[in-house]
Amino acid sequence: MKVEAKILLILGLFFGIVAAVYWRWSVENAGGVMLVAAMLLGFLPGSYYWWWSRRMRTRPEDDPTATPAQSAGVVGAFPGTSIWPFTMGMGAFFVVLALVFGIWLLVPGIALVTWALLGGIAEGRRGGRV
Amino acid sequence: MTDVLEHPVAVGDHGHHEDHGPRGVLKWLTTTDHKVIGLSYTVTAVIMLVIGGLFAEIIRAQLASPNGTLVSLAQYNELFTMHGSVMIYLFAGPFAFGALANIVVPIQIGAPDMAFPRLNALSYWLYLTGSITMLSGFFTAGGAANFGWVGYAPLSNSINTPGAGADLWIGGLLLTGFSAIFTGVNLVATIFYLRAPGMTMFRMPIFTWNLLVTALLILLAFPVLTAGLVMLYADRHFGTHIFSVAGGGVPVLWQHIFWFWGHPEVYILALPFFGMVTEIIAVFSRKPVFGYKGMVFATLTIAALSLGVWAHHMFTTGVVLLPFFSIMSLLIAVPTGIKIFNWIGTMWRGEIWFSTAMLMAIGFLVTFLIGGLTGIYLASPPLDFFTHDTYFVVAHFHSVVMALVLAGMAGLYYWGPKITGYLLNETIGKIQFWFLFVGTQVFTFPIYLLGLRGMPRRMAVYPHDPQWKFLNDVATVGAILIGVSTILFVVNIIVSWKKYPAGDNPWDGHTLEWFTTSPPPHHNFYRLPPIRSERPTWDYNHPEHTALGHGEHAKDEAR
Ligand code: HEM
Ligand SMILES: [Cu+2]
Repeated sequence: MKVEAKILLILGLFFGIVAAVYWRWSVENAGGVMLVAAMLLGFLPGSYYWWWSRRMRTRPEDDPTATPAQSAGVVGAFPGTSIWPFTMGMGAFFVVLALVFGIWLLVPGIALVTWALLGGIAEGRRGGRV
Repeated sequence: MTDVLEHPVAVGDHGHHEDHGPRGVLKWLTTTDHKVIGLSYTVTAVIMLVIGGLFAEIIRAQLASPNGTLVSLAQYNELFTMHGSVMIYLFAGPFAFGALANIVVPIQIGAPDMAFPRLNALSYWLYLTGSITMLSGFFTAGGAANFGWVGYAPLSNSINTPGAGADLWIGGLLLTGFSAIFTGVNLVATIFYLRAPGMTMFRMPIFTWNLLVTALLILLAFPVLTAGLVMLYADRHFGTHIFSVAGGGVPVLWQHIFWFWGHPEVYILALPFFGMVTEIIAVFSRKPVFGYKGMVFATLTIAALSLGVWAHHMFTTGVVLLPFFSIMSLLIAVPTGIKIFNWIGTMWRGEIWFSTAMLMAIGFLVTFLIGGLTGIYLASPPLDFFTHDTYFVVAHFHSVVMALVLAGMAGLYYWGPKITGYLLNETIGKIQFWFLFVGTQVFTFPIYLLGLRGMPRRMAVYPHDPQWKFLNDVATVGAILIGVSTILFVVNIIVSWKKYPAGDNPWDGHTLEWFTTSPPPHHNFYRLPPIRSERPTWDYNHPEHTALGHGEHAKDEAR
């Protein structure tokens, strides 16, 4: 976990330096704002990972001498198949078409997205494929 | 029944993780398997390449004579806009981080799937619906978007470009933008959390490394584009004046926002392809990657610098900090140079096997070098003032993107057998390579010269000048050769359909995907080898070499 954290923190630091130089030197603000946002995108997750990396034991994937048997057991629950991503995609499609062809398309759009959200959450609670 | 995964255990233990899900269309609609999603991405993206390529062929046919009448001036605007948009937004990006990444990254790190399989499926549906949205502009009364793939303000506002085509372009980009962001989240989580035991960060294959960095760049860049598109839509329909002078807005702000996404996007497109050729060159030179850590460092440096160069696309606006953006852009040449040297170093004294994939990778190297070198010209403001908005720029980025197409083909020939279980015909592949490679140079070389002679881009007609006519004709011949290469690819798929079984490891590969079956089982592995270097499969198959350090491998094999 340490390497992962360091990559993000170093990227954040670099963007911070670039932001400072650019903002002082340039005459517009958009670039400075975007660079500061980039810095935060390095620092926020980076410091979270760093905080965690100091609180957990070395994971098998961070241990150069780990053997495959070391992670035998349950890795996680993976849903087999699910119709909800498709349903949600269609909902988003209608929402975007509403931007172009008329506000009424928001009705099926939002309905589908909501349905998919509820269905997806329920499916997740049950643990993937049912 | 919960599909809980028992992680692969000891070597030799064949588990049973078969897929009992639905088949056919229902499988396509409901799958959350990264391999099936990756294949859907691959097929869709290749169809987009063909559509974008058709637009390009029409463009070149129109330019075959100075006063071409094949299409009207208005249609020409739609064509180059949609050619660029389809190629960048719907082909190159999704092919890079959606198609092969989806298939290969989880397997390369020994993971059973992506970290968020359902989110992964949603990414695909957003990509597909976004593509349909953008292309459907052609079927509206006013035609498709016609303001160039960059949608500059104020041309893209509701007065200069009314009509549904422009809004469909914006809507399509919103959908594909979210698709990209979700894929980025998924890749980072997968690579950070689902690596197999012993697969430390510095043992990840370079392809996976490059996709990690690509995913980080996606997360840094795409939200900016999405925000910009929302502002553009608001300007068009809600009466805001963010990008219009009339209401106190700033048109050039759009360019800042667009290119703050747009330049990192160049590397979001390129890094995955760099990763592909790195793997391919190493495997077919029968050597480990030369300078592994240098490669990783170069990738990270390129990504970091790429956020600070956006306004090199805006030198001629007269309102950007020329020295800052010029210096930052030139700095990128350093890590890129490291990569080129490392690729050559990997081939150096290797036992090179000139398979189709390797030829395509070498073709990439040459073509990308040309594109990279002319990019250095353009990073210098005085030279850019002279060539901006001419065909020189079109030629520069076509050297780059055609190099990526070559790399993508290399990837398809190399990894296709893993996912389908069947090889493609090598003879047709090599003929395809020569058409693609020669066609690319024949297409780009004359348009570099046309650019230097001042021919502006985005013009449907041009002055009668025998020299210009000749150079345009040569470029059109190049485009035809490229078109033939694409047809040959389709022919190859048909001819080779289920003909040449690939076996698990047809190329004596290095990385974990070559350890499992072709195609891999439902959760990718029945068993895993011990992971002691960045090429575990090779170590497993060549136990006599594992004790040696990296430098020693290289020398031994070359002898
Ligand atoms: C068959 C191969 C290709 C040919 C013959 C071709 C041809 C062309 C031509 C002639 C133009 C200039 C149109 C004009 O300015 O009037 C153009 C523009 C462009 N091409 Fe291609 N192209 C090909 C492949 C690609 C690929 C693979 C990509 C990206 C992955 C791409 C991206 C673009 C972009 C972004 C533009 C700029 C569009 C604009 O000005 O808004 N092209 N292409
Ligand atoms: Cu750029």
